[in-house]
Amino acid sequence: MLKIENLHASIAGKEILKGLSLEVKAGEVHAIMGPNGAGKSTLGNVLAGRPGYEVTAGTVTFNGINLLELEPEARAAAGVFLAFQYPVEIPGVNNTYFLRAALNAQRKARGEKELDSMQFLKVVRGKVKAMGMKPDLLNRAVNEGFSGGEKKRNEVFQMALLEPRLAILDETDSGLDIDALKQVAEGVNALRSPERTFLVITHYQRLLDYIVPDYVHVLADGRIAESGDAQLARELEAHGYAWVREHVAPGVEA
Amino acid sequence: MQDAAAAARLPGSGLAWLDAARSEALQAFAARGLPDQRNELWRYTSLRAFAQRGYAAQDPAAATRGVDAAWLQLPGVEGPRLVFVNGVFRADLSSLAALSPGVAVGSLASALRDDPEPLRFLLGGHVADDDDGFTLLNRALAADGVVLKIAAGTVVEAPLHLVHVGVAADAATAWHVRSLIEVGTGASVDIVEHHLGDAATGHFSNIVRDISVREHAHLGWTSVQQASIDATLMRRTHIRLHDDATVDLHALELGGKLARHEVRVEMTGARSRFVSHGAFILHGRQHADAEILVTHRGRDTVSSSVWRGVADGRARGVVHGRILVQPGADGADGSFYNKNLLLSPDAEIDTRPALEIYADEVKANHGATVGQLDEHVLFYLRSRGIPLEQARRILVRAFCLVALDGVQPQALREYCEALLAQQLPEASA
Repeated sequence: MLKIENLHASIAGKEILKGLSLEVKAGEVHAIMGPNGAGKSTLGNVLAGRPGYEVTAGTVTFNGINLLELEPEARAAAGVFLAFQYPVEIPGVNNTYFLRAALNAQRKARGEKELDSMQFLKVVRGKVKAMGMKPDLLNRAVNEGFSGGEKKRNEVFQMALLEPRLAILDETDSGLDIDALKQVAEGVNALRSPERTFLVITHYQRLLDYIVPDYVHVLADGRIAESGDAQLARELEAHGYAWVREHVAPGVEA
Repeated sequence: MQDAAAAARLPGSGLAWLDAARSEALQAFAARGLPDQRNELWRYTSLRAFAQRGYAAQDPAAATRGVDAAWLQLPGVEGPRLVFVNGVFRADLSSLAALSPGVAVGSLASALRDDPEPLRFLLGGHVADDDDGFTLLNRALAADGVVLKIAAGTVVEAPLHLVHVGVAADAATAWHVRSLIEVGTGASVDIVEHHLGDAATGHFSNIVRDISVREHAHLGWTSVQQASIDATLMRRTHIRLHDDATVDLHALELGGKLARHEVRVEMTGARSRFVSHGAFILHGRQHADAEILVTHRGRDTVSSSVWRGVADGRARGVVHGRILVQPGADGADGSFYNKNLLLSPDAEIDTRPALEIYADEVKANHGATVGQLDEHVLFYLRSRGIPLEQARRILVRAFCLVALDGVQPQALREYCEALLAQQLPEASA
């Protein structure tokens, strides 16, 4: 469902991704690990279409469509969701308004009927309950005054509502204590399904104890240096990223 | 513009004191002319293009032009309504049947015909130093307006609706409206001022009003300005607050090619309180100018103003917030905060907050910024599926929402919120 071939991408003229290839099938969970600066977050941002990233070579095909040609909002409507590493606060925009605008924009783009406010409230309240969120979330401005953990949980909550086919978690574990980490992981696990694919970008193996991946890829210097199963993550944890440099990708700066 | 022939037909002409005042103003206008940019209060607003335009002195058919009554409605504003079409009061479109006891209201034209003497004090005065070309023209040529008096102790429940409509006429027309409003001791009233215009009617309206809020009285004033995109609208609002008076002003400036609102607040009474919220959202080549000039004269007076400006396209905005604390206004507390948003590289907003303090134990704060939409926030919204233009509208609406803090009733507030979201039709990204 997602096929990345020889992807090269730069930001401000500096090449970050240098020929990354990756194929992901529906329903799989792939972890993308790697040292700081390896290009993990760049991969997530390029897939979601963040302005400022220039793709200089390579292709990304998502369910048969050329993802790189689409505006960010069209990618979202096609089923791509990025859980941000740093979710933004939007004072003055309340969650209910924002989520309804997002869900209806996606439905409209897909040619589905938009939900009226009663229908939407029913759906969103159901998700609030299912994801164990506080109901007052819906009356608050988007992420305003949220703690780091609340922001990350809110990302997963949005994912639950928008039901993407490709969910990219960009360091969703960073800055979380163990309880918050477990809550986030539970939320993600609840959303695992044969139709939904996850790319879990993380620096640490810790998250993968709770979201057990089907595959683990180690990103180094803008390429995938090593792929394996969940065991690879544990080896990384035991040996550190220096081990990648010495054992799997000599010559690469980690 | 200073069409002396028109003056002969003005209501009240023949009253010696009024003729004298009008003629003095006309002479002063001839000497002073229109304000130019050497005047500090006009520094960012050029009248060069305006001065090139010609205007008819009146619309002879203003009293009979058809106006769709549904157009005049504002949600939540169902009280008495006064409607002016092309500057002329229209009894047929107004509804004054449901006036509460203690409310006396009528048009300036009829007051000058029927009972001019009480107006002598306000209309018969000499030209003042701070009269500029527009207020002088208004003194000389005002033909209609609102005369409203709320008797002491009267609490008016339903908001009063003042509608100024510009509709297509045989020629672009100039009109000068002068309104006189007094809220008596302990009285309370809410007024909703509403400007509407047919698309592309290039009229010029010049409105001056004097508002006196007596001891312990309250005035709520909400202005929704949706004048025609080709209209020129000059307004000066003088508000005088007596002891313990309170004024709560909201202004939403959306229309007009050139729209200026000068709000001059004189806080003469001790413990009086003035709160203002305002926003303009401009696109195309619109120019809006908000001048909020608050003078604290009484002890322990409090003023607080929060304004937002948004400019897209090649629009230009100006905000001038001045707090002047005069000797004797000890214990005054004044603040003025203004944030602005530029949505296009060709838009411009100039904001000049100013404090002048000549009293003791004063608290005064001001702040002003001009910035752009946050790219990270825009991307966040788009990554959730919200198209760019909609994302921009959502953020602009959120940015301006503070200007609606306290707008009553709720239905009017919701209508204003919707206006904020609709105000950016251009795809100018």
